[in-house]
Amino acid sequence: MFPSSPARRRAAATAAAACALAVALAGCGGTTKKDNDNSGAARSDAKADPGAPLKKGLKLAFLPKQINNPYEKLIDEAGITAAGEFGGKGKEVGPSDASASSQVSYINTLVQQRQDAILIAANDPNAVCGPLKQAMKKDIKVVAYDSDTAPACRQLFINQAGSEEIGRSQVQHLAKQLDYKGQIAILSATQNATNQNTWIRFMKDELSKPAYKNMKLVKTVYGDDDDQKSFQETQGLLKAYPKLKGIIAPTTVGIAAAARYISGSSYQGKVVLNGLGTPNQMRKYVKDGTVEQFALWDPKKLGYLGSYAAAALASGQITGAEGEKFKAGKLGEYTVGKDGEVILGLPTVFDKSNIDKYHF
Amino acid sequence: MSVTIEKPDTSAAAPETARSARSLVDAVFRAREISIAGALALLVLFTWIAEPRFLDGQGIKDLLLNAAILVLLAVGQSVVVITRNIDLSVGSVVGLSAFACGNFVSGTDHGALTVLALGLLVGAGCGIVSGALVSFGRVPALVVTLGMLYIIQGVDYWWAQGEQINAADVPQSVLDLGSGSVLGLPYLPLIAFVVLAGTAYVLRTYRGGRELYAIGSSPEAARLAGVPIRRRVLAAYLFSGAVSGFAGALWLARFGTVVADNAHGWELTVVSAVVVGGVAIVGGTGTVWGAALGALLLTTIGSALAVLKVDSFWQDAIAGALLLAAISVDRIVRVRMTRALRKRSAR
Repeated sequence: MFPSSPARRRAAATAAAACALAVALAGCGGTTKKDNDNSGAARSDAKADPGAPLKKGLKLAFLPKQINNPYEKLIDEAGITAAGEFGGKGKEVGPSDASASSQVSYINTLVQQRQDAILIAANDPNAVCGPLKQAMKKDIKVVAYDSDTAPACRQLFINQAGSEEIGRSQVQHLAKQLDYKGQIAILSATQNATNQNTWIRFMKDELSKPAYKNMKLVKTVYGDDDDQKSFQETQGLLKAYPKLKGIIAPTTVGIAAAARYISGSSYQGKVVLNGLGTPNQMRKYVKDGTVEQFALWDPKKLGYLGSYAAAALASGQITGAEGEKFKAGKLGEYTVGKDGEVILGLPTVFDKSNIDKYHF
Repeated sequence: MSVTIEKPDTSAAAPETARSARSLVDAVFRAREISIAGALALLVLFTWIAEPRFLDGQGIKDLLLNAAILVLLAVGQSVVVITRNIDLSVGSVVGLSAFACGNFVSGTDHGALTVLALGLLVGAGCGIVSGALVSFGRVPALVVTLGMLYIIQGVDYWWAQGEQINAADVPQSVLDLGSGSVLGLPYLPLIAFVVLAGTAYVLRTYRGGRELYAIGSSPEAARLAGVPIRRRVLAAYLFSGAVSGFAGALWLARFGTVVADNAHGWELTVVSAVVVGGVAIVGGTGTVWGAALGALLLTTIGSALAVLKVDSFWQDAIAGALLLAAISVDRIVRVRMTRALRKRSAR
């Protein structure tokens, strides 16, 4: 899921916020929570036929957390375009609110329409399980993306990046900027956001390595993915820790708010801000020098990969078992990992040199 | 004979009683505002002692900037609450106005004044609908404005379709409004102060302003006294809407990044600020100065806790406790004042 949190606010807000809401309502980060009885990816008895060609005229349906989530809209549009590449047909349908059960009626409708595959960013890992299992019984392939369902309720999960890589790479990037010295802090979303906390755990683990012995994490604050709150928490950090050298904000709302505050304050140029944000949001702050670099995965690639993965399933090339390989168009070959997870890859780092190539 | 002697007596005594009653009411409520100001001063002092950098130049600027938008919204809300009504749609109006303004200026070089005017118009439009439904439709304000909250939010979502306005698309002149200052004073708090002082003056001095209090104290009595209730209530909603829309334009200027649901959930923060500030939720009493102090207190608590390294989750709990305390104090003051006034008029 996206760099963000639960929080009730700012649902459709920035991409992050929107996902945040869903994650919150779901009470879990689908990507990280596997401790329920729905564990173990769904398996069909059918045999994989790696040589099978992609079928023509496949009908793919994208079901985002909510339709006005800007981030998932990008994913879905890219997925629909990708479906066009292999002669399939994609469409996006979804609820206007990201509550746990709002996707259920949409799944039922899609099953009645006899789609070939449903791609879903789950608002709740378990609430959508029943109808998704029904869909799989009728030989409709189910692929989760952005936010996972319980593993038994889908055949594949397209993960944007492993939590561990995200957490560790954030520390590595900031450390390089700070020359491995000084106090740092984290500006997170909400206190109980599973994805945020998983990343923060890996950040702390990375910081405990000897290379970072001169760096110290002094505080983790929570901006609740709210502009005003993120502003105030950033102000508090800079006041309370005069020697603070760097801030990691692994949430798109947080990093944009912190950048906006720093750009208009006396702290500009004195503190390094890094984290996860979208290029459109951060363009201004990269250009005015407030922020040197930040990272995010490319949501378009996520949609593209999801589309090809669904087609590979529907064409019988793969069944969702660990170790199976499939080709995802121009992205190349991917391997299905444990529990049916397919990982897109490392987040892309954006800075002055490449930010104008990205528009999302 | 006795009649003629008595007549001048009563006519002289009546205004005096009225005046002293009014000054008593004034004194009580000034005390109310002084107590909030005192709490605020204590909070700032304590935080300043614990962390002297809390009140350096940047620190004071931040405190004022943080409070500006909430102060504006609290001023608008007070005017409605004083008439024994409520406007729950303010959060949505801010969101819609911020997005409308963002969408309008995105990629253009429109000046800050145009944006502020647009925000004002959008807000006034929303306010007039709520106001008409409440005053002429005679539907309870709570229900009408709750409905408006969802309708405006729906319109906003439908319009935004997941789009986002980014700081890079907003003209520099608008962004400067959010972060710039004149003579060391940031624009946002200055604007909020001008609106606050103007509203306070009108409410206190003008007949129309006093009539809002009359409506809130006793709608029945106000009607019998010939107060044009519907028109006044409509005007109160129009004002609240316009101020919220204006605040939406400032939101764009301050935060730069705008999506469909900015200020989501703010209506409750605004109502809290108003009630903490001594504007009774049952109408008829309180001043916009108090409401503004309430707003300043709530945002300063947030900033102070962050500086004191206290976990932010306490912020909501403290705001809640303040709210309950404020309502209890209001109740006690009201009972005592009624008793005192009764004693006076009996004399």
